Amino acid sequence: MARAVKTRTKLTFTIIGWTIGFLIFFPILWTFLTSFKSEGTAIATPPQFLFFDWTLENYHEVQSRSDYGKHVMNSIVISVGSTLLGLLLAIPAAWAMAFSPTKRTKDILMWMLSTKMMPAVGVLVPLYLIFRDWGLLDTRIGLVAVLTMINLPIIVWMLYTYFKEIPGEILEAARMDGASLAKEIVYVLTPMAVPGIASTMLLNIILAWNEAFWTLNLTAANAAPLTAFIASYSSPEGLFWAKLSAASTMAIAPILVMGWFSQKQLVRGLTFGAVK
Amino acid sequence: MGSITLEKVSKSFGTTTVIPEIDLEIDNGEFVVFVGPSGCGKSTLLRMIAGLEDLSAGRIVIDGKDMSNEAPAHRGLSMVFQSYALYPHMSVYQNIAFPLKMDGQDKATIDKKVRDAANILNLANYLDRRPGQLSGGQRQRVAIGRAIVRQPKAFLFDEPLSNLDAALRGNMRLEISDLHHQLQTTMIYVTHDQVEAMTMADKIVVLNAGRIEQVGSPLDLYRSPRNVFVAGFIGSPRMNLIEGPEAARHDAATLGVRPEHVKISTTEGAWKGTVGVSEHLGSDTFIHVQTESAGKITVRTDGDFTAEHGQPVYLTPDAPRMHRFGADGQAIQRT
Repeated sequence: MARAVKTRTKLTFTIIGWTIGFLIFFPILWTFLTSFKSEGTAIATPPQFLFFDWTLENYHEVQSRSDYGKHVMNSIVISVGSTLLGLLLAIPAAWAMAFSPTKRTKDILMWMLSTKMMPAVGVLVPLYLIFRDWGLLDTRIGLVAVLTMINLPIIVWMLYTYFKEIPGEILEAARMDGASLAKEIVYVLTPMAVPGIASTMLLNIILAWNEAFWTLNLTAANAAPLTAFIASYSSPEGLFWAKLSAASTMAIAPILVMGWFSQKQLVRGLTFGAVK
Repeated sequence: MGSITLEKVSKSFGTTTVIPEIDLEIDNGEFVVFVGPSGCGKSTLLRMIAGLEDLSAGRIVIDGKDMSNEAPAHRGLSMVFQSYALYPHMSVYQNIAFPLKMDGQDKATIDKKVRDAANILNLANYLDRRPGQLSGGQRQRVAIGRAIVRQPKAFLFDEPLSNLDAALRGNMRLEISDLHHQLQTTMIYVTHDQVEAMTMADKIVVLNAGRIEQVGSPLDLYRSPRNVFVAGFIGSPRMNLIEGPEAARHDAATLGVRPEHVKISTTEGAWKGTVGVSEHLGSDTFIHVQTESAGKITVRTDGDFTAEHGQPVYLTPDAPRMHRFGADGQAIQRT
């Protein structure tokens, strides 16, 4: 009998799991479905789930009204650029904290993280003014800089955790073998930390891709990434649910595909060290 | 060349002194072993010589040149770590070639040197493998290979055999000694295993709590330990140390006698006792005897001697080979 109970428990949990999964996924599915409806069907009550007249009209409309390609390029440049710049700064920082820690290392790590606890809007005005004076408003460089700073604490934290797992003796061996600090990082530390660095990179690209507060506030037309592209279909021109959905689908598609293909790597990196 | 001189070298972490002042001469081509219990500072001392730890005071002179503040790579020393510290993402070939590559040598030279080292160490068939695919002994050889290709002034070994099983440890011990005869390069070897120290060293440095207790050849230390610590540390099984009236009878605070210098008899002798545990090794037997006047005594006797648990026996120490120590733990010279 014990076995039967076990099977039933298993079944219950499976159903609960799938239900939660479906609930989480539902908004994305609904957005996807809505993007193929006409504006009228999109707001119809009761809502129509699958049996409506499927149309690609919204996609044509969105593409003709705004330049999707340009927004995609901006998103790619900003998210990849800020991630690479962040790694460039964070690898030496995490190296120093992991391998030559001082009494204050933990405090510095906490302090770095604490900057993430501050509401972003708190520094919007000063940062906006700095950007205006330096001519960085609506530029890719400006956004790369600001997103690097925003995500740097997370990159440093993640890398620090991965680096901690690497035995210090290996780096000492490299030092004995005549490697300079730079060579030690390039030839020994970085290759050994590749899984960790890769997952940090992926996570950071996703975070930067979806970042909406700064990208919306600091851009207008030239450097606007996909977040701004979505936003342009909401309030200013009234609510066009179907077009907004089409724009959202187009905006999340690339990162969704990337996330899907790299999920193994992502999970491996995030649990690095926890399970050997 | 590879002579190393430590002059008043000391090391403290904050207010804790790990190594008070140490002076030591290591001659070119010598095989020196630092031995002592865990935490005695022997690894720290080695790492200071390597340049991986800063000195708090003093000088390290290598081949007549003050190297105290030089980076590890500039000291011309190679180190073999306890954990082997191989680069897991590189093949055996790349591991051995790494120091040469860092040195900027050309591909052909690197290739020749790596293959030579691999031949010496029987690694020629494993050059394409990753360290993860090798056994413990093979990894250790790769670590040694990486050390020898640089042709260093001296090799530093930090407990290199402690991760190996007993049989392999014996083999590697011989291989390292062989290598020393082949290369004639100075070697400094850290271990807590006094058997390794006795079998490999030209010169043993016994360390305790950061201090040098005695420096000498293995037989020097065995025959005339300068104090109780060295007497108890060198030799296996360890020396019997007797305190109380029996020691006082010989004008000493502590009387030391090695297990191999005690005769056991069932009929007559100086100390009467009863047999406790007997350990039969085949070639030898170690018998632990509880005596009336001298306390617990370990005796080493030939493998054929048998004694029942609880059997009364008599022990006689070999008087000329007894060691006497004063109340300060220092040896009292024989007159």
